Amino acid sequence: MTTLALTVADSATMFRRQLKHLLRYPAMTVLLVGMPVVFLLLFVYVFGGQLGAGLVPGHAGAGASRGAYLTFIVPGVLLMTVAAAANGTAILVAMDMTEGIIARFRTMAIARASVLTAHVLGSVVQALCGVAVVLGVALALGFRPRAGVLEWLAAIGVMALFAVALAWLAVALGLAAKSVENASNTPMVLTLLPFLGSGFVNPATMPTGLRQFAQYQPFTPVTDTVRALLGGAPVGSSALVAVAWCVGIAALSSLWATRLYERRRITH
Amino acid sequence: MTAPVLSTPVRARSARGSGGPAVAARGVRMAFGTTVVLDGVDLEVEEGTVFALLGPNGAGKTTMVNILTTLLEPDAGEIVVAGHDRLAHPDAVRRVIGMTGQFSAVDKLLTGEENLRLMADLRHLGRAAGARRAAELLERFDLVEAARTPVARYSGGMQRRLDLAMTLVGEPRLIFLDEPTTGLDPRSRRTMWDSIRELVAGGVTIFLTTQYLDEADQLADLVGILDRGRIVATGPPRELKAALPGGHVELRFADAGSVDRAAALLDGAQCDPEARTVQVPGDRSVAFLRGLLDRLAAAGLDAESLAIHEADLDDVFFALTGHPTTTEHRP
Repeated sequence: MTTLALTVADSATMFRRQLKHLLRYPAMTVLLVGMPVVFLLLFVYVFGGQLGAGLVPGHAGAGASRGAYLTFIVPGVLLMTVAAAANGTAILVAMDMTEGIIARFRTMAIARASVLTAHVLGSVVQALCGVAVVLGVALALGFRPRAGVLEWLAAIGVMALFAVALAWLAVALGLAAKSVENASNTPMVLTLLPFLGSGFVNPATMPTGLRQFAQYQPFTPVTDTVRALLGGAPVGSSALVAVAWCVGIAALSSLWATRLYERRRITH
Repeated sequence: MTAPVLSTPVRARSARGSGGPAVAARGVRMAFGTTVVLDGVDLEVEEGTVFALLGPNGAGKTTMVNILTTLLEPDAGEIVVAGHDRLAHPDAVRRVIGMTGQFSAVDKLLTGEENLRLMADLRHLGRAAGARRAAELLERFDLVEAARTPVARYSGGMQRRLDLAMTLVGEPRLIFLDEPTTGLDPRSRRTMWDSIRELVAGGVTIFLTTQYLDEADQLADLVGILDRGRIVATGPPRELKAALPGGHVELRFADAGSVDRAAALLDGAQCDPEARTVQVPGDRSVAFLRGLLDRLAAAGLDAESLAIHEADLDDVFFALTGHPTTTEHRP
């Protein structure tokens, strides 16, 4: 077999192992998908009436405000779901590295990156399942996207790409973490970033420093792109910026993760 | 005290050994920070034999195994494993070795069967061959009933058996076992020894580490004693023990009078009137024993029983290193 064929075969094997882990211990997946659903309900029903008032012209009722706010925050909640999956991945990677089986893998002639690739693929699958559940809940709450088939595909593609980028980052953070507890804390920041961007309010309403951060952090162009695609609006330059961020994060993080994996020594 | 024959390294000639060396290491050094763990280790293991690296906790056994199995890069040294340059071509080494580490290298979230199939897939055996091999190994290691149970629910002995079974999926000709029986109950330990003997009978070379002297004695053709990062002696267990003074024959008599007369008759005898025994320095050679018994018979003395004590590896270890092995964890 060629090196590429070996890499694909070994990654597929490791991916099957990853899927079995996720299926056998669904508690974490349920928790990771549950959190964004709770946020969605909280923001729509508790804050939505008031926060949505700024989105509709004139003096619309609380119901109309709530509906408008739902439409506004769905993309942010979807990306929060992707970030939550990455958070879980960092924990899974850190846990996996404490297992003796990783040492066994290292004594076998298998594609070196296959363990990490499997974690990334597992994370993306988890993220997209979460996205499907959150979208389902949003539709049940009255979310009515105006996207055509192409826009849907593009939106899913952007979210998948973002999931790949965050998954590689999470794998690197999981490898860098000194303990499983550390691994669960650091990437938590990722799930907060939608709040410090265009996920839940228009950044134009923020104070200067925060507004600048919100405008230039990666969640904002990705959120804007998904929002435009689902809302049937023109995407503009945000798509290009979003893709650039994703590719950049994925490339740097995968290099970092691979180096960490190669260098990590047996401690016992 | 120095034992004369124990210069390093001694190449063992055993009846089992056939070809060239399965493992050859020279001048292996390894330090973690300022702590020197291996301080120039030389060793050679002949194909088809069992080599036991014996030493107390912290002697550097696991570090040596980790270096040989490509988990760690040494600071210095030349190493050839299964005919491949370990440092230049680690992947060539990985293709032909098997390793069962000190800590169980099994996936606890998967079942026993899934673990074996995972190994088969990573060895690229193909679906049918992989399934066949997994079934075979489950049978051989008495894990058929537990095949569909997650490994997290296995006992320590079952996990160790699965661990070894996973190592065997790729049918390696050279297997490293890092403390294969540490923490096992006596019965699981004997099962593990039987499995190892079975492998050896099939021509597999075994490199094992142990802190149990009797384990090395039971299994190994050649023992290397590692102490503070250096091999202080190499040789077959019998040879190591024979090189030590301290063997003796113990005679037990029916009455105290016989004990006194025997003690007066035999050279260098030490008697223990309470136990009614007399200890005479000597070994298990037939000539010595015949002479001893003839002299007793000529004097009209009749011993009730006779026992031969050889120096054991404990004595060897103490003689070589000046300190005893760590034995408090011994089962």
